[in-house]
Amino acid sequence: MDIVLFENVSKTYRMGEVDVAALDHVSLSISQGAFTALVGPSGSGKTTALNLIGCLDRPSQGEVTVAGRAIGPMGRRESAEFRGKTLGFVFQDFNLLPVLTVYENVEYPLLMIRDVPKGEHKPAVDRVLAAVGMADQAGKYPAQLSGGQKQRVAIGRALVGKPALVLADEPTANLDGATAHKVVELMKQMRDEFGTTFVFSTHDPRIMDQAEVTFHLEDGRLIDGPAVGKEAHHA
Amino acid sequence: MLKVLRLSMKNLLRYKRRTLLTGMLIAVGVVAVIVFVGLSGSFKRAIVGQITDAVLSHLQVHRKGYMASVDNLPLDRMLPPKAFETLSDILTRTDGVEAFSPRIKLGAMLSNYAQTTNVRLNGVDPAKEQAVVPLLASRIKEASDENTLLKKGEVLLPEVLAKGMAVKTGDTIVLVANNKDGSVNGMTFKVTGLVESLMGPGGRDGYLHIEDAAVLLRMETPEISEVAVRAKNFDQLTAVAERLRAALELITNKQNQPMFELHTWDQLTPFYNVVRMIDVMTLGIKVILIAVVLISVLNVMMMSVYERVREIGTLAAMGTRPGRIMALFVAEGFCLGLVSALSGAAIGLAVLWILNLTGVEVAFGGANQVFALAPSVAPGEVVSACLIVLGVSILASLQPAAKAARLEPVEALRHV
Ligand SMILES: Nc1ncnc2c1ncn2[C@@H]1O[C@H](COP(=O)(O)OP(=O)(O)O)[C@@H](O)[C@H]1O
Ligand SMILES: [Mg+2]
Repeated sequence: MDIVLFENVSKTYRMGEVDVAALDHVSLSISQGAFTALVGPSGSGKTTALNLIGCLDRPSQGEVTVAGRAIGPMGRRESAEFRGKTLGFVFQDFNLLPVLTVYENVEYPLLMIRDVPKGEHKPAVDRVLAAVGMADQAGKYPAQLSGGQKQRVAIGRALVGKPALVLADEPTANLDGATAHKVVELMKQMRDEFGTTFVFSTHDPRIMDQAEVTFHLEDGRLIDGPAVGKEAHHA
Repeated sequence: MLKVLRLSMKNLLRYKRRTLLTGMLIAVGVVAVIVFVGLSGSFKRAIVGQITDAVLSHLQVHRKGYMASVDNLPLDRMLPPKAFETLSDILTRTDGVEAFSPRIKLGAMLSNYAQTTNVRLNGVDPAKEQAVVPLLASRIKEASDENTLLKKGEVLLPEVLAKGMAVKTGDTIVLVANNKDGSVNGMTFKVTGLVESLMGPGGRDGYLHIEDAAVLLRMETPEISEVAVRAKNFDQLTAVAERLRAALELITNKQNQPMFELHTWDQLTPFYNVVRMIDVMTLGIKVILIAVVLISVLNVMMMSVYERVREIGTLAAMGTRPGRIMALFVAEGFCLGLVSALSGAAIGLAVLWILNLTGVEVAFGGANQVFALAPSVAPGEVVSACLIVLGVSILASLQPAAKAARLEPVEALRHV
């Protein structure tokens, strides 16, 4: 089953007088459980595509369906609720809350987004922290962690609410090669353990090899991928 | 809700110095309000107490039109015996009236056989007068008999005037007065005490016995200039005055005009304006407090939002609902206000407590009038100052919080 479906999707930004096509008639599908990479040089449209999947932006044209729901007509509050329930996010700069400990950062989605009963927090957080290998650092603050450790915590935070899909925009861009490799391995492990679909973007060729499915973007166009849309076939 | 407050507290403590400075500013504002209200309130009580307990009493009833020319001490606008009887009846029957005292007010020439001067006098019944102005006795200096205020044949002279004329207790003086028909009468009196001066109307009057006054003025039937009335409870004065006014309005003269006029203490003394000014200043200080809180909280919260745009973007992207983001920031302003208000209130009360221990004395209207103030604030005033701070803190946080909640996650995340 497809968890993400792009049907002839375009996204244009207006820059002064000219329209910039960040995505240009892209059609693709990502099946559930796939460990997927969006690759392409800087400016190719990876972030734009992830923002659309992540319900953070609307397509200018075409239809984006995520977990069976068309994202176009959703309102602010509705899309926030949808993100909180269905999606997890991992950021390039980790974006942990500096005032919260590792444990509290991972707990945040349960506490402030999903309003999960307090009693269920500890088992869920402990399990995720153990899975990402950060159980022994639970009391530390983000400032006391290395980049790789921060990203592990961030992956734990993305997973704690058991989302169907985790989106990661260049999750390894701020990590050294070895750490980057380990973080992507961890994501794959998490996919195996939790059955979560992972979609991440990268322009690092070594990292993209770790993906099972790869979509290549260039100048907003999908130039290579397993399920290149009908338009592309006709072209 | 608690979890929102807890996270807000953590965010607030992130910028310790800024939070501390702002909190201190707000706390100082609260301290200022509490100390000012405490001091001004006790000062107000002291002057009002002195004015009402030493000279005016709580309210006064005159014949209609007397007050319009009170400075002349008019003898042709007095209450005749029948009218006074009616008034006495009403005063006795009215709930909340503790006591009343009839006075004959007159101007006279005072002679010590060497010099002559003018003096304003009150003819009073000593027992009745002391019931309406209990502090009168404490104003008498060099009294020949500490236990008796005034007997027939005796006069209590204003201190300043007596000093000027070199009149002492025990001296004999002559009082000469014109009655309302213009005929002159003179009588000798023994000076049995000097009345300490007080500010305000009536504060430099002398006293003699009401029956002596009637004789001096050659009244065939004793007529009354004013009746001073004391209420049982000062806080209920307005209600008592209303009841009396309603009863007095029904009494009319032959021309069908009202017979009496009633004035409460605040209508009788210009010092009511001092009291009012203190209230206005209290209000002013509160307005300053509001401005301080508004500006400082608004400033802190706007900086908080601006500095944390990316963080807000992260929270929003993860699915935190806009309403909750708003709540997080409003709670931050609320916590700042709450902690500052509580510490300000604690410090303010401590300052008042210390002032009470050391004692505060204020000289007012002459060096011989020193008020020992006992500053205190009603709990309601403290609560209201805290509520002002809390309300304004929330109000000042609303706009920055709404801004945070409106941020588009994509743009916020791109923010550097
Ligand atoms: N908010 C925006 N306003 C204008 N142009 C944008 C905006 N976001 C992206 N773009 C443009 O869209 C194109 C694709 O950008 P992006 O999706 O960020 O690429 P990538 O993530 O692959 O580097 C780029 O040319 C970029 O300049
Ligand atoms: Mg990008």
